[in-house]
Amino acid sequence: MTVGIVMLCHTALDRAAQVARHWAVHGCPVVIHLDRRVGNADRDRLTAALADLPDVRFSARVACEWGTFGLVEATIEAAVQMLHDFPQARHIYLASGSCLPIRPVAELQAHLAAHPHTDFIESVTTADVGWTTGGLNKERFTLRFPFSWKRQRRLFDTYVQLQRRLGIQRRIPAGIVPHLGSQWWCLTRSTLEAILKHPDRARHDRYFRRVWIPDESYFQTLVRQVSARVESRSLTLSKFDFQGRPHVFYDDHLHLLRRTEAFVARKIWPQADLLYDTYLSANADTASRLEPNPGKIDRLFAKAVERRTRGRPGLFMQSRFPTKTHGGNRSAAPYGVFEGFGDLFHDFHPWLARATGVRVHGHLFAPDRVQFADAEAVFKGGLSDSASLRDYNPRSFLTSLVWNTRGERQCFQFGPGDAQEITSFLAGDPNASIMVVSGAFAIPLWRSGRTVPEIRAEAARLQKIEADFIALLNTQETKARARVWTLADFVEDPVEPLHQIVDDLNPRAPHRLTELPRMVDLSGFAEFLQELRNQGMQPVLMGDFPASIDMDRIGKGLSRPQVAN
Amino acid sequence: MGLISIYRLRLRRKYLLARAFRRRRQIRPVTNRMSGLRPQPILLFATMRNERIRLPFFLDYYRNLGVDHFLIVDNASDDGTREYLAEQPDVTLWTASAGYKQSRFGMDWMMHLLRRHGQGKWCLTVDVDEFLVYPFCETRPLRALTDWLDSAGSRAFSAMLLDMYPKGAMHEQPYSEGQNPFEIAQYFDSGNYTVRRNWPYLNLWIQGGPRARVFFQDLPKRSPALNKIPLVKWDRSYAYVSSTHMMLPRGLNLTYEDSGGEKPSGCLLHAKFLDRFAIKAEEELRRGQHYAESHEYRAYREGIANERDLWCMWSEKYINWRQLEILGLMSKGNWA
Repeated sequence: MTVGIVMLCHTALDRAAQVARHWAVHGCPVVIHLDRRVGNADRDRLTAALADLPDVRFSARVACEWGTFGLVEATIEAAVQMLHDFPQARHIYLASGSCLPIRPVAELQAHLAAHPHTDFIESVTTADVGWTTGGLNKERFTLRFPFSWKRQRRLFDTYVQLQRRLGIQRRIPAGIVPHLGSQWWCLTRSTLEAILKHPDRARHDRYFRRVWIPDESYFQTLVRQVSARVESRSLTLSKFDFQGRPHVFYDDHLHLLRRTEAFVARKIWPQADLLYDTYLSANADTASRLEPNPGKIDRLFAKAVERRTRGRPGLFMQSRFPTKTHGGNRSAAPYGVFEGFGDLFHDFHPWLARATGVRVHGHLFAPDRVQFADAEAVFKGGLSDSASLRDYNPRSFLTSLVWNTRGERQCFQFGPGDAQEITSFLAGDPNASIMVVSGAFAIPLWRSGRTVPEIRAEAARLQKIEADFIALLNTQETKARARVWTLADFVEDPVEPLHQIVDDLNPRAPHRLTELPRMVDLSGFAEFLQELRNQGMQPVLMGDFPASIDMDRIGKGLSRPQVAN
Repeated sequence: MGLISIYRLRLRRKYLLARAFRRRRQIRPVTNRMSGLRPQPILLFATMRNERIRLPFFLDYYRNLGVDHFLIVDNASDDGTREYLAEQPDVTLWTASAGYKQSRFGMDWMMHLLRRHGQGKWCLTVDVDEFLVYPFCETRPLRALTDWLDSAGSRAFSAMLLDMYPKGAMHEQPYSEGQNPFEIAQYFDSGNYTVRRNWPYLNLWIQGGPRARVFFQDLPKRSPALNKIPLVKWDRSYAYVSSTHMMLPRGLNLTYEDSGGEKPSGCLLHAKFLDRFAIKAEEELRRGQHYAESHEYRAYREGIANERDLWCMWSEKYINWRQLEILGLMSKGNWA
């Protein structure tokens, strides 16, 4: 008793011959089906290469176009011949020309001998199947597919759409419960005979002839009618990518293949010499195997699919450039934007860096140059402090900065005096935390010592810019976490917001600030605002700034050691 | 995108094809060793001038990757380039004496050869100082990649130009024949690239790197494009628009994913900044045969005159393709 191998071949025939020889010399009869579309010269070379092996036969040839019934017909042709020619074959294993046995044949034979009545075939109902791509699983059985998916894609898609819209459906014949599964199975002789000699066989064939990708459903469905014992898993390792194409194994996958429990792997790159040499050599039986860990292979391919479909958020590069709706307005990691704080406090930067341990930059978008932390001229990744380079593409500048510093939270100062082109990105970026003390831009103007008539226009300009930014933050499209305090509100109680900021940036920091930043003495600022009003400007962003401010109280509040609560 | 602009792109493509055809006699065959090539060979196309010293490493590098044949146009070299190439068993050589600039920097010649010899084959078009790295390149030959691209139905593969540079002044570390240039030019900029879409052509326009950082601070717009599509399964209707930066029909430029995922991509390591660069820059300036009125070279000359070192403390030292993939300069996509 042994296992018979049915091989479906269409390319890389020299490799197929090698594998067929391997099976045959290890006592497994082989029936090869060669795609009819293969030329005669290639066929002759293949038959010549295997002529010395009596247990390798060739079946009648059918054209096998992917996704059509031809593949099932080819399988049936070869299977019938196998059952007829080799009565010693108790199990029939369906493989392809690009499959490679990755465990000793004896182990496969032993495994099957231990399960003489088990059919190894992945067979899952359409409701439970999770791996079909393109949204066609139940519909494979209920729609019609007269057009070639490969050659007439548009017609194929249109016709599917049309049938869906019109609600046209084929009736599934009585007794058939659609199941799907890997094309590569290993069935017992009795099961295969029962399927092929089934009284309704002609009816089944007629139905499946119009089913989409019947090689993944014909045997998988019919086996349920006849088999006593289905073990729903494939003995062939075969992974599919997100478009339903099989993943290919190369030489560098050898260590992974050693960890699989499957007996055969598909598909192997024809020029993967190391794999073929390793598994087909005379001493393949002793090829070292490692502790099985099929999860490792699953993870590898799942990651590949995820990289192709989702990618690395916040990365913009030559082969990933998402549109706005697909994450094109998203950076790689959370970061903080502070507007007004640097104007209100003498030592906000160093304080923030100390309190949170994050990287605190100055005004990254300052008009003259980029103020990286520690006044560096070049920052991580080779970002230059040149303002013109930054302003050439501010979005690339910011997303690069955040990408380059993955793992380290970034913060920077922003203000109405800075280049503003980046604001729409900031507002739309869910990773941005934007904190604004509105109207604080007036403090440096006030402290500049210049006369009010001189700075009136400048104050009005900055106020307009900041008002626009705040308005932007209040729109529906804003994804950033934004907090805006008027200067008056903030000065009234600065401790609470500062606490919040530190907690936000570094949730693991001790919940007690031992030290708070030093606020600019605002005595006389109210008069300055009044003077601005007198000059015809309307300072609104500062809020309702108190006419007299008790800096003593605020100073005490800030410098007083905080009581843990 | 209106019909008119689509039609305009079509006219542009036809014009480029016609131009390449008109200039076909500017190149004369020297050797032809293309007989007996395997079916579906991988071909490399290049045009060069006075690159004798770089050639041995260049040819070996691509032979190792699995390039089957080199189709090279020698543009009036006088340093033995032509003689050396004529001896190589896997090089088919042409020679051109006409102006480099008038032939669209050699692209007219390249396109004529691509059209004549590249039909239906995977064609790699690179400069002699560009070295392709792609995912798994140390374990999988180029054919593994092209087979995979074939099965995925991709016609083009993008590889961004990655400028490599040495630490210290360029002239201090002379390059010797046969040497791996990246033993000297070991460093690159990992994260200062700007990307934007170039609308009518749909390609991505990538700029940045050390050249922008050092030479083009004040004129970022003029800094060289780094996006490249060097590997294409050629069809006679295809055209390279400007160097290998973008193509027509413009669908070929969609080598990136715009709905969030990553397509596979590689990098062209650019061994431009070696000791020979200063000499080359002088020569090119004199000849006035380079792009944009040699603006680029003028910027370099100024930069070099000030003895600017391209290296900075954030320069990344090159290790392998996996490093580039982790840094986000290239991607495995769904190739695993």
